[in-house]
Amino acid sequence: MLKLLKYALYDILKSRFAIIYTVFLALVAISIYQVSDDLSKVSLSLMNIMIMIVPLISAVFATTHFYNNLEFIELMLAQPVKRSQVFLSQLFAVILMLSLSILFGFGLPMLLWGADSSLITLLAVGVILSAVFTGFAFLASVLTRDKAKAIGISLALWIYFSLVYDGFVLYIIYSFADYPLEKATLGLVMLNPVDLGRILMLMQLDISALMGYTGAFFQKFFSSNMGLFIAGGTLALWMLFPNFFALRVFRKRDF
Amino acid sequence: MISVNGISKKFGKQEVLKDFKLSFDTGNSYAIMGPNGSGKTTLIKSILGMVLPDSGEILVKGQSIKGSESYRSSIGYMPQIGRYPQNMKVGQLFSMMKDMRPEIKNYDMDLVEAFELNKIKDKSMGTLSGGTVQKVSAALAFLFNPEILILDEPTAGLDPIAVEILKSKIQRERKAGKLILVTSHILSDLEELTNHAVYIFEGKVFFNDTIESLKEMTSEEKFSPAIAKLMQWTLKKKSTTYELTHA
Repeated sequence: MLKLLKYALYDILKSRFAIIYTVFLALVAISIYQVSDDLSKVSLSLMNIMIMIVPLISAVFATTHFYNNLEFIELMLAQPVKRSQVFLSQLFAVILMLSLSILFGFGLPMLLWGADSSLITLLAVGVILSAVFTGFAFLASVLTRDKAKAIGISLALWIYFSLVYDGFVLYIIYSFADYPLEKATLGLVMLNPVDLGRILMLMQLDISALMGYTGAFFQKFFSSNMGLFIAGGTLALWMLFPNFFALRVFRKRDF
Repeated sequence: MISVNGISKKFGKQEVLKDFKLSFDTGNSYAIMGPNGSGKTTLIKSILGMVLPDSGEILVKGQSIKGSESYRSSIGYMPQIGRYPQNMKVGQLFSMMKDMRPEIKNYDMDLVEAFELNKIKDKSMGTLSGGTVQKVSAALAFLFNPEILILDEPTAGLDPIAVEILKSKIQRERKAGKLILVTSHILSDLEELTNHAVYIFEGKVFFNDTIESLKEMTSEEKFSPAIAKLMQWTLKKKSTTYELTHA
């Protein structure tokens, strides 16, 4: 397993994409730090960018990586190694690379110009979202036999979770504005890993006070141990489910 | 050594293997023949565990291969089209493959030396020509001295010198008592390399016996006309079934 991971990582780090992605993230972080001195403003701007970019890059990169490495995967399957290990080594290599890019790209500017708890949460959410969308991408890849189709599915999932879902939630909130909706919106937030990550970060900032009664309710929920536990657990499920399902499909797939 | 017990495999609606039964014994060399799309590669990939049959089982050395991976260390496989990581260098590929089978310490370097692969060990796989990739595949298949050799179109794309080197290597391994499966469309190669003919037609075994008895059956003295006759018979068989369906 570790051997396979070593070769998978070696291959991924050689593809130059890792460096480009890290430099890009670092440039984004540096430019935002230059614009403002207020850490909470910095983390709000970084969050807005990260919440769009990280899932998109993860989804597209993981899908192309899977298809570009199909040869390597086929080669390994004819060797005396377990199928699940072949899959997991590829998966971990991608997640590790995406996470390291975020940690270095965002982390180094933070070391230079300071960080607060919201920025640390930002790093954690970035890593989690990378893992979630890599899972979606691998699932799309093992279910299809065509790279274009797999990228299409990954992108559709990204559009759904980043754009369409929010519209849907807003629609519900406006339609049922006369009813108490705190718990319902909380439930809806749990069904979207991107929103969940966003709320977790927003709760670290003071601006939650601007979000009215729902904001106060969220603040109370996410600052309690129980709330954090549930949110963390839900994010963990979002990470595990697609990856686990993709593994199951991979073990029964023909090459 | 390998027994295939009634495996079936469908790709979508197309049934590639139908209740396929066959066994391969140690010390023999098998020529696996059949028209394009008859299920040769699917059979080989099923034995390697890359394609999972819908039903039936495959035993290698008496053990079912389902859910097992250790049996693959006794198989050397040369694919029809070798596909390798493009960024990886030839030398790294070899050390990686050695790393995959740490328990094997004695390497068979015959083909590596004969094909002079050491000279290109710093080139990346993506820059190699098709024939050179085939040489690498061949060298990898023999590297670990496996008991079973599965060679899918081994001579396709190789230059005449390399073909002779590879053929004499296969002959030597055959004499050493290994089980060898070869698929090819080049009949002269098969006649040289094998003693047993398996003809697959539409996902079933149409003929399975020694080359001697194939010649006897078809009352031909040479291998190629014998195979040609066999192919004619398959066509007749097809036309009879065709008539039956319209009866």
